Amino acid sequence: MENEIQETQPSVRRTLEIEIQELRDDLLYLGSMVEKQILGAVDSLKQRDLVSSQKIIDTDFEINRNRYAIEEKVMIAIATQQPMAHDLRLLASILEISGELERMGDYAKGIATISLRMKDEPLLKPLIDIPVMAQKGADMLHRALTAFINEDIEVARAIPEEDDVVDSLYAQVYRELTAFIMQDPTTIKRANWLLWVAHNLERVSDRVTNICERTIFSATGEMRETVSKNLG
Amino acid sequence: MEMNMNIEVKQNKDFTVNEMAEIKVRTSQLSVYYGKFRALTDINMEIHDRKITAIIGPSGCGKSTLLRSFNRMNDLTPSAHVEGKIELDGEDIYGKNVDVVDIRRRIGMVFQRPNPFPKSIYDNVAYGPRLYGIRQRNHLDGIVESSLKQSALWDEVKDKLHQSGMSLSGGQQQRLCIARALAVQPEVILMDEPASALDPISTLRIEELMHDLAKSYTIIIVTHNMQQAARVSDFTAMMMIDETRSGRMIEYNTTNIIFTRPQDKRTEDYVTGRFG
Repeated sequence: MENEIQETQPSVRRTLEIEIQELRDDLLYLGSMVEKQILGAVDSLKQRDLVSSQKIIDTDFEINRNRYAIEEKVMIAIATQQPMAHDLRLLASILEISGELERMGDYAKGIATISLRMKDEPLLKPLIDIPVMAQKGADMLHRALTAFINEDIEVARAIPEEDDVVDSLYAQVYRELTAFIMQDPTTIKRANWLLWVAHNLERVSDRVTNICERTIFSATGEMRETVSKNLG
Repeated sequence: MEMNMNIEVKQNKDFTVNEMAEIKVRTSQLSVYYGKFRALTDINMEIHDRKITAIIGPSGCGKSTLLRSFNRMNDLTPSAHVEGKIELDGEDIYGKNVDVVDIRRRIGMVFQRPNPFPKSIYDNVAYGPRLYGIRQRNHLDGIVESSLKQSALWDEVKDKLHQSGMSLSGGQQQRLCIARALAVQPEVILMDEPASALDPISTLRIEELMHDLAKSYTIIIVTHNMQQAARVSDFTAMMMIDETRSGRMIEYNTTNIIFTRPQDKRTEDYVTGRFG
């Protein structure tokens, strides 16, 4: 009897639900911006396109602004709607994830800054693994955010394991670049630049793991660190 | 949503407060009937000593019936009878040799609408002690003062103790009723929507008062206001009616868990405001 009442009436939490839906959309939009920034930063580095690198840096301000806008909307929803249980966990997770995305945006900006610092200097070596790392990180981010929106716990549990792939690519880049330095110490500066780029990309996928943890928390209330098997 | 009623109550393992607090009141397989109608079914609940326990749930789910069974107020309804047990400090309050008057002294009650007697502030508070035979003026003075201090009303009324209790504001009247309940030195205080007729500031004042009182008393509160239950209580019991319209307890846990990660879908729907 009560079931029927519930189904025929619009939700009594319509206002809160609309606010949450808007926040989900905002978060996805922010995520897609960050995804583009990561790929764009590495691409403009690879092409040695300094104009594009500068654009990446400019766009980062927009990312920061969007993150603050999300933060403010979450605060307003908490203050005015007094969400509980799943609603509350979801809003707390959106707040946290928007912060993660902003930091991931900073990594893209960091890569673009390195690109600008390199000016006319040629790349030490053709970029092979670094673009793969960027692709992988952006892809993991995309799927992690989709899992968050769909509250897909299985996907959220699986993605952090892929972090190992990025970690081993990073180790590979590291080995290669240190070999360059050992052979010819004058390459230190150019090798270091690329090492920092790879390091930033490695951090991107670490933060994807945090998003997955938030997805599990939002869906289940369970707060636990997902540890990738291959430590270090 | 399917309305299948699990009899088993979900209790979470990380019941941390459980280990520290003693059990003041325990119900076992408690059912309450009004005539043939079974208003409550198989309530099993442990109320922790000197903690605040909130009972929440949609209208008509039996919250007040449960609250009233804790001090045998249901006895006043001729058709009501009780099955199962309610123990206060291990003693069955529905037992044969139990003095109901003494039970109601040990388990006091504060109602939804402030209901001071049409008497002076002093006489309102002294009413219970006088009923129990206390006559000496200075003894009564002491009880009135300490009760009014405990209910955080003393400073506002100490110069007008002989004015009518009815002359006070709604929030003050409710604190007077709390003082009246405290004057007979109860161990448990039952509160049935104690702030629902009050303005927001008076409400918060009552809630703060409850926190203070919980240092000395066990408090059980029935409330429709979920934010209030979340703010004020240590434990929360969620009740709902089953297909026979009988009230059951579907989840009982620490308040923190009930409002952040309830185990039962129906509790989730209720605390997030999806129904009720």
